[in-house]
This record gives sequence, structure tokens and C-alpha cells, in this order.
Amino acid sequence: MPSTVALSVARYRPERDWEPTFQTYEVPYRKDWVVLDALNHVKDTVDGSLTFRWSCRMGVCGSCGMKVNGTPKLTCATFLSDYLPGPIRVEPLDYFPVVRDLVVDLADFMRKLKQVKPWIIRKEEPPPDEGEYLQTPDQLDTYKQFSMCINCMLCYSACPIYGLEPSFIGPAAIALAQRYNMDSRDQGAAERLKILSEHDGIWQCTFVGECTKVCPKHVDPAGAIQQYKLTAATHWVKSLLLPWGTR
Amino acid sequence: MSAGPHYTLYHPRWYRRRVSVWWWLQNRSYTGFVLRELTSVFVAFFAVVALWQLRAFAQGPEAYGQFLVRLRTPLFLVLDTVAFLFVLFHAITWFNLAPKAMVVRLSGKRVPDWVIVGSNYAAWLVLSGAVAFVLLRG
Repeated sequence: MPSTVALSVARYRPERDWEPTFQTYEVPYRKDWVVLDALNHVKDTVDGSLTFRWSCRMGVCGSCGMKVNGTPKLTCATFLSDYLPGPIRVEPLDYFPVVRDLVVDLADFMRKLKQVKPWIIRKEEPPPDEGEYLQTPDQLDTYKQFSMCINCMLCYSACPIYGLEPSFIGPAAIALAQRYNMDSRDQGAAERLKILSEHDGIWQCTFVGECTKVCPKHVDPAGAIQQYKLTAATHWVKSLLLPWGTR
Repeated sequence: MSAGPHYTLYHPRWYRRRVSVWWWLQNRSYTGFVLRELTSVFVAFFAVVALWQLRAFAQGPEAYGQFLVRLRTPLFLVLDTVAFLFVLFHAITWFNLAPKAMVVRLSGKRVPDWVIVGSNYAAWLVLSGAVAFVLLRG
């Protein structure tokens, strides 16, 4: 077992660099260390200027998404031991603008997420004393998978379509729209259809399927998009045959 | 003017990486995806050959005989083999992806993926068997 492992980290300091460069740090190898531990070791003891996002260290907050040896990963769940003997290449997520070192700007996703209205929409809200909305375990089961999304952006970084067509709403936002569409308490599917079935919505997706592969929470955004294609196509056929029925 | 990059606190200079035209060679699944997209060309090729066959058939036995001779030329044999392999790749990859798009629920429970994939393959086998029966009967 090696005593150290080399970490090759992408650095981008906008005040002095034209483009990212790689800097190599030799970090102690420990069996129970993840890539994030190694980055924190560098920040604490070697180079305090190294910049990256992290928070929970347990795969819940979705902050520490980076590319490890070319694959989008949550660095808090990526063990050094899986990449021996190294060097381990750590880069910022693809397709988002890099702010500094390993930090990317997520404003584009935040704007798109809001567009798909990821909240429960009711035509009429009953008064609170009528009680809560009831839901059976089977009804919960239809959307629960999509509700596990932690907005870590690994799926966007894995999606070449998002890279080539930046206007694409993207995997996580569509999966989250589907999470509310399939919720028995929600009545906003028609409102979301307008955004999702437009050019930049589901039809941009050509089913590369990498979003599902890299998802650390098994959300299956690719599945959500394909299922929604079926829904949108059915809706379109219905609107042709029964124009008065889909209004 | 300074030679260094322009940077101010409130207008940070972001770095945007361009997508390389060779992005589809970056990993195996991207390459697989592009190949799967490419299979549509060969599916179209078979459709065109079928139309051509129909046209030759309508023009009479002589034209049809000529059509068959042309199909036996080395060029067509190679083209047909390549196209067949691509169409096979097309069918297999799409059948395997079918459960992602088709979520069937029976009495509230989701039908397992292998049942969806299996029923697609079963339908493929039955239809191919029926076609083979019609063709080989005489």
C-alpha cells in the first residue's frame, strides 16, 4: 500500500491565469480517505488558496461535484483507494463556467429549475381544516425516485447535449418537473408541459443516458425524460384528435 | 493596458471550456451513443433497398432478376453485411433501453425491467419466425 498518492488538480485563478492549469500535490494515502478529504488536506496544510465547494461530506448536499479522472463524481463519496496508484486528476464539472479552481457557476441551472415550476401547483387550495392531502404508498412510489435529486449537477456535466446546446433545460430540471407531474397532489402538469415540450425541453435529449449512469442518488433523469416524451407525444396526438378535450 | 487578464471583483472572468468536436471519443458510452445514432442511416438503407425491390418486382420478372443479380455483387454483399450488423446493433441497444421509456404499472406495482426487455425480444423472435415461415415455406 502506498504512503502517498498524487493529486493532479485543475487550477484557475482568474486574476492571473488565461486558462486552467494543473498542479500536482502529493497527499498522504489513507484507506478511508475520499477525494474531498485529500483536497481538504491540501487546503489546510499545503495551499490555502485552492478553492472548491463542499458542505455535508455525506452525499446529501450536492456541493462537492467534480470530475475525477474524467468522470463526474461526488468527491465526498469517491475513495482514493479506487484510483491507485494515481495520479488522480480532479477537475471542475464540464459545461459550466469556471469561477475559480474547482468552483463552477450554477446560475444557468437555477434559472432553468425555476422555469419548470418544481413545486406543488393546485388549481384551488382547500382550507387547512379540511386536513392534509392523502397519498398511498403506491402513489408515493411513482415519483419518489425523482425526488431524491440533490442538484449536484453531475448529470449536466455528463450530458454532451447540454455542452453542445446550452439552452437545453437539462436532465435534473426535467427529472424534478417529472417528480411534481407524477405527484398525485399536483395539478400543474399542463403548465409544465408548455416549457418541457418546447424545443429546449425534452426533445433536445437524444438519450445518451450518461446522466443516469453518473447520478449518485439513482434518480434516472434519462428515464424521466423518455417517459415524459411519451406523455408529451400522447398529449399532442390527443390535441389533434380532440382539440376541445385537452384545453 | 496591462498584458494580464482583466479581472474585477464584481465582473469575474469566468473560464468557459469549448466542447471538442471529438467529444464522442472521450468515453465508450459516448461512442456507443454516436454509433447508435448512426445506425439510422443503415435502417434507411434497408428501407430504400426494399422500395427498390418493390419497384423491380412491379416491373416484371426480368427487372426482378436483374435486381437479384445486382444484390449478389461483392459491393452489395459487403454493404448488406455492414448494414445488417448496424441494424442488429440498433435493435439490441434500443430494446435494452425500452424499460427506461416504458413504465408499465400493474395493480400499482412497476413491472420489472427484464419483463419489458424480454417481451420486446419475444415479439422480435415471433415476428422474425413468422417472416421466415412465409419466406421459406415455398
